[in-house]
Amino acid sequence: MPIPSPFHPRTQAACVSLRFKDWAGYYAVCAYDTYVEREYFAFRHAAGIIDVTPLYKYEVRGPDAEALLCRVMARNIAKLKVGQVAYGCWCDDDGKLLDDGTVSRLDEQAYRVTAAEPSLAWFCTNSGDLDVTIEDSTDRIAALSVQGPCARDLLTQFCDAPLDNLRFFRLTRATLDGADVVITRTGYTGDLGYEIWADAGDALRVWDAVMDAGRPLGALPAGLDAMDITRIEAGFVMNGVDYHSANHCLIESRKSTPYEAGLGWTVHLDREPFIGQTALRREKHNGPARRLAGLVMDWDEFEALFARYNLPPEVCTSAWRTSIPIYNRDGRQVGYATSGAWSPTLKQNLVLATLDAPHGQPGEWLRMEVTVEHTRHQVGVVVTDRPFFDPPRKRS
Amino acid sequence: MAATYDAIVVGGGHNGLVCAAYLAKAGRRVLVLERRHVLGGAAVTEELYPGFKFSVCSYVVSLFRAHIIRELNLARHGYDIIPLECSFLPLPDGDALCRWSDAHQTYREIARFSAKDAEVYPEFSLAMTKMAQFAKRLIDAPAPDPGSASPRELIKLLRLGRAFTALGGDLMHLNTQLLTMSAVDFLDLWFESGVLKAPMSVSGIIGTFLGVRSPGTAYVLLHHYMGEIDGAFRSWGFSRGGTGQVSQSIASAARAFGAEIRTEAPVARWIIRHGQARGVVLENGDEIHAKTVVSGLDPHRTFLAMADADQLDPHFVRRIKQFKMRGSSGKVNLAVDRLPDFVGRPGNGPHLRGDIAIAPSIDYLERAYDQAKYGDFSQRPYLNVVIPSLVDPSVAPPGKHVISCFVQYAPYNIKEGADHWPDRREAFGDAVVDTLAEYCPGLADSILFRQVLTPWDLEQQFGLTEGNIFHGELSPEQLLFQRPAAGWARYKTPIRNLWMCGSGTHPGGGIMGAPGELAAKTMLKSGAV
Repeated sequence: MPIPSPFHPRTQAACVSLRFKDWAGYYAVCAYDTYVEREYFAFRHAAGIIDVTPLYKYEVRGPDAEALLCRVMARNIAKLKVGQVAYGCWCDDDGKLLDDGTVSRLDEQAYRVTAAEPSLAWFCTNSGDLDVTIEDSTDRIAALSVQGPCARDLLTQFCDAPLDNLRFFRLTRATLDGADVVITRTGYTGDLGYEIWADAGDALRVWDAVMDAGRPLGALPAGLDAMDITRIEAGFVMNGVDYHSANHCLIESRKSTPYEAGLGWTVHLDREPFIGQTALRREKHNGPARRLAGLVMDWDEFEALFARYNLPPEVCTSAWRTSIPIYNRDGRQVGYATSGAWSPTLKQNLVLATLDAPHGQPGEWLRMEVTVEHTRHQVGVVVTDRPFFDPPRKRS
Repeated sequence: MAATYDAIVVGGGHNGLVCAAYLAKAGRRVLVLERRHVLGGAAVTEELYPGFKFSVCSYVVSLFRAHIIRELNLARHGYDIIPLECSFLPLPDGDALCRWSDAHQTYREIARFSAKDAEVYPEFSLAMTKMAQFAKRLIDAPAPDPGSASPRELIKLLRLGRAFTALGGDLMHLNTQLLTMSAVDFLDLWFESGVLKAPMSVSGIIGTFLGVRSPGTAYVLLHHYMGEIDGAFRSWGFSRGGTGQVSQSIASAARAFGAEIRTEAPVARWIIRHGQARGVVLENGDEIHAKTVVSGLDPHRTFLAMADADQLDPHFVRRIKQFKMRGSSGKVNLAVDRLPDFVGRPGNGPHLRGDIAIAPSIDYLERAYDQAKYGDFSQRPYLNVVIPSLVDPSVAPPGKHVISCFVQYAPYNIKEGADHWPDRREAFGDAVVDTLAEYCPGLADSILFRQVLTPWDLEQQFGLTEGNIFHGELSPEQLLFQRPAAGWARYKTPIRNLWMCGSGTHPGGGIMGAPGELAAKTMLKSGAV
């Protein structure tokens, strides 16, 4: 049975659809309404407010905190200054992805790491004789994400920290209605957004303050279904969907390297040794065998296909995450889609796919399986740079 | 006298019945002879107290081969398994550890004792799944014969070798560890919390006269893990109507294929003429002739009780005598008028709907073994307790329950001598009830009926030599091509036309059905029947 998050009294009351799911052992709202659009458009037009407490959170502290994170993360954490946040991933000795998340440098010797999966044992195992403590703060810290063009206006109404100056991937300490919190300018929507990290005991106070300030701006509580569409528009990969943690893979071929999963840009090879470095160096030199690519479906062909059945084109109202084969023009399978969504903003069918090398160059046309009226067809898809949707306000 | 049957299967245990069903399915005339009035051997349901049906010996099913269920159409004959929902470990301080089918819930439970262990737990399960995947190749085929020079055998070994190398470096290493290490040492490689390791380690000692720190027990642990091949506890289950229903369903299938089954037909010995089995002599003196005789009995009874020593090579007899039986466990079955109330988690709840382990620490288990080593039963034994009536209302009157307690250690050879077990039986039963009552006070007052089975009783009533529940220990040296003896691991025996199909043959004990199936298929393939 999942357990309630600290925001549960509020999310439960608001969730008239009763649509919850299990996210890392917590109850999490799929959609407050019986449909997803309202919450999606809150993210893109006003602000969506989403409980992200189920993210695993670790407090890494001590004189060697930096050394530990440099050793574990593929990204060079030594470059991270106090008040900065970095997105990164970590790998096993073979350079295969274990998980991805953010690292916030709260202090000279204090970091907070977020993860999709439990990672305490991995961090501890690799801490060796380093002078560092690692605390699992998942249950202790409530996390609330405020995402959308009005997010800043919403928070500045009652936040004592100067959010106007808080740049993308920076953090600040603040007081919200008397609650001491950390605010990071981060999120999983690819929009202007902030994540509030508060003591679990202050969760309801923070929620109420955010909702009160957000209501006049059109902010709404939003669920995972709406966020899933936004994360695909933003081109973000998801552990367990677009790649699988090496710890959970029964066979080698299910494992991915960061280069294969589109996270190569987070790998800093030329520095002190870190876990997976040798394998990753080799991988970079040889080139990955596969790579993650964004695909956009050819709308005209898609529409024409439905027209053959006297149907208007049908699009999914929510994101999907089933494996679908991708073919080259000769009909040979060259990869598979792992997730996708109809983008209500871009009016496009977006797909995240893993393609065999050398496929995946932007502009390349491939074919993807589409089922219409119980019959399998193929429709053209074109490799497109990610993020698919990247509004200037995200960094402004 | 002309043979009336193509095969006589001696022993109506689940393996004997599986063997008979397969032979009958292939069109052979088959007779099954069971000594007792009920079928099933150790997989038997008996109404020992009015309204209460007990899985008298074996009490959970996990390893039964799915292809046997399909091939014999057992679901149509009443084979029905209800999954166990969890694994509950009450602790002396009133706390408890519960492992569930829900991975996140299990994570939280284990994390209360060690967050690291909670994280590593699914990784351990994954590694075990991979190992079990490899071991499954061994279980579902006759044992490889490394002594043979036949090209067919060599190809089989080669294939196995390839599958082994395909496991990859880490897992090959793991395999070696499994074969050589103790259950505790092996678990130490993964986990830090004794609260988690203790109940996990007991899988390594079930049915063996070894301690959780004895080398070789890691492999036994894997043997039990195969029931969890999909990584979920639900793959262990209760047979609806008790484990006897498994046997009944196989018997029903066998009869549907034309097999004849007789109960209360104890066999005195094999009829052997010119080194060749010709049939059996019943205890009442009747002779029944057949082309082949298949023994579902354990190796000791098959060769030392049913045959005369002069009919076998002395060297072979010596090896069979060396095959370790040495039972180490007993069983206490209770009929109760209410559910046990555990201190830490009072009342009814999902935690009672799985198996309940009394194994609070590794030292506790070792202390239990210490007493057994020197010829006594454990005063505070390891218990594996189930309450099948919670999920199967057919086995007890409404509101009342049956409680099954598997108990280890209860050595067959107590220091007074095995024959003195009847004098110690009630003291043994008291030790078990007292042990459990430490976790659920009030248990004693709820008991309506108690059955205590010592290893001696298991031998007397069920024909399990020295009370060994697996027809011989499942230790690595008694497995595969050495079960029950090197050179005789393919169901064939040195006596022509006498075959074996019991748990004393590859791949071993547990309600698995594999020995019976593989024996029948081997016999059919070789043209012996």
